[in-house]
Amino acid sequence: MPHSTAAVPTTRPAVTDNLVEIRDVHYSVGGRAIFSGLTLSIPRGRITAIMGPSGTGKTTLLRLITGQSKPDSGQILFDGLEVSTLKLRELYELRRRMGMLFQNGALLTDMDVFENVAFPLREHTKLPESLIRNVVLTKLQAVGLRGAAELMPAELSGGMARRVALARSMAMDPDMLIYDEPFTGLDPISMGMIVRLVRQMNYALGITSLVVSHDVEELSILADTSYIISGGKVAAAGTFVELKDHDSEIVNQFINGLADGPVPFHYPAPDYYQQLLGEPQ
Amino acid sequence: MSLFAELLESSRNFVSTMGAVTLFFGRTMVQLPAALTRPGLIIEQVHNAGALSLVIIMTCGLFVGGVLGLTGYDLLLRFGSEDALGTAAALALIKQLGPVVTALLFAGRAGTALASEIGLMRATDQLTAMEMMAVDPIRRVVVPRFLGGLISLPLLTIIFIAIGIFGVQVVGVQQFGVDPASFWSQMRAAVEVSDIMEGVIKGTVFGFACSLIAVYEGYNAIPTAEGVGRATTRTVVISAVLVLIFNYMLTAVML
Repeated sequence: MPHSTAAVPTTRPAVTDNLVEIRDVHYSVGGRAIFSGLTLSIPRGRITAIMGPSGTGKTTLLRLITGQSKPDSGQILFDGLEVSTLKLRELYELRRRMGMLFQNGALLTDMDVFENVAFPLREHTKLPESLIRNVVLTKLQAVGLRGAAELMPAELSGGMARRVALARSMAMDPDMLIYDEPFTGLDPISMGMIVRLVRQMNYALGITSLVVSHDVEELSILADTSYIISGGKVAAAGTFVELKDHDSEIVNQFINGLADGPVPFHYPAPDYYQQLLGEPQ
Repeated sequence: MSLFAELLESSRNFVSTMGAVTLFFGRTMVQLPAALTRPGLIIEQVHNAGALSLVIIMTCGLFVGGVLGLTGYDLLLRFGSEDALGTAAALALIKQLGPVVTALLFAGRAGTALASEIGLMRATDQLTAMEMMAVDPIRRVVVPRFLGGLISLPLLTIIFIAIGIFGVQVVGVQQFGVDPASFWSQMRAAVEVSDIMEGVIKGTVFGFACSLIAVYEGYNAIPTAEGVGRATTRTVVISAVLVLIFNYMLTAVML
């Protein structure tokens, strides 16, 4: 790699405080409780991972942090501001400080790569065209796709689309980057690139990172702190080494990828024997 | 379910949908001033909804005019008044066929394109991504498309009518030999500005209805392939029915 993007500082400032605080959050959809007393914090300038079996509400948690949904009770603080009480205009102000990487990239399909990355700049600033061009090319260079500036989203592979989306979410220099399942469906090379980029954004730019995923292996390399959510609460928290030796059954099942355990292999069903011998319904 | 319960259920659905459409329209109007500061986006949508519909509108206009010429000539010949072909055909096109057929074609071409485009943006998280970038999708996506349709349809209606009259002329004057002087002079004498206004008003009302339905259905589509398909179908069906109902009401009012 001839350019300097490979150079990543290895030391970082000590944690000073938490950028996001979630306190005793309760949230239910259609009478089904998703969170019942969820409490966790996301330290500033660090990589925090949220893990958990499918359907535990990981994406819902992101919707709560970004103010797309409101909790039934409890507090969600972003840099001291209570997200759920903000008016739409204030929420939009706050979201300028967050960048979000969607699972599929969510690029605007009627614009090329360059325009996608330029989109937030054109919407929120009155920068001259020459400066926008420089910013966009810098961001694309950081994700290694300066040469793809003129491609349309349909011409990109899954990994490339996610890297463009990352460049776009960095365009406004946010305080926090949120990654929703960034590794899903990627080949090992693309996955390696995304892992490197997440770390690079965090180490080099000091951006607080929140990674929601269930790819235990990747997160073990990346995350400073991991939370495992199960049953609407934090089941375990700590570094990956701490989680590996955790005595909770659900944590053990999740981290070691066991097929059966507290999360059963079988979906709840009537007795097998009786159902086979019984009358067809 | 009893008939009464079914009626009650569908009335309640109708009222709740009307409420949702009204609220959606309110949100659109709130964002209108901000959207007007970006005329480039609106012009782009006038191009998408209007200019790209031109070929189909012109082709259909020519053939509708041609059929009107054939039938009109046959009918008027029986009364010995084929010189009135220009007047009869022009009034039929300006007051009824022009606005209605253009709106139906518009719903099929531009309306479905709008609904499926916005629906797919919903299904692929593009609208959510905009919200996350602090960009209101109503302002950035919905308002320019709504205005694009609203501006395009009256213009397309006028073009349809003009091409239609040309089609009548081709059949009536050039094929059947109706006297061109009486064809044009009778038309000019009989058609009044109020007739043309009726056509333009209808085009504007239909443009409003078709565009609002298309953006509403697209924006509220269930984010799946089936949901987007259903939104597209509903756009055409609801637009067509509303255009015909509104046409009756407007004709009755402006008679």
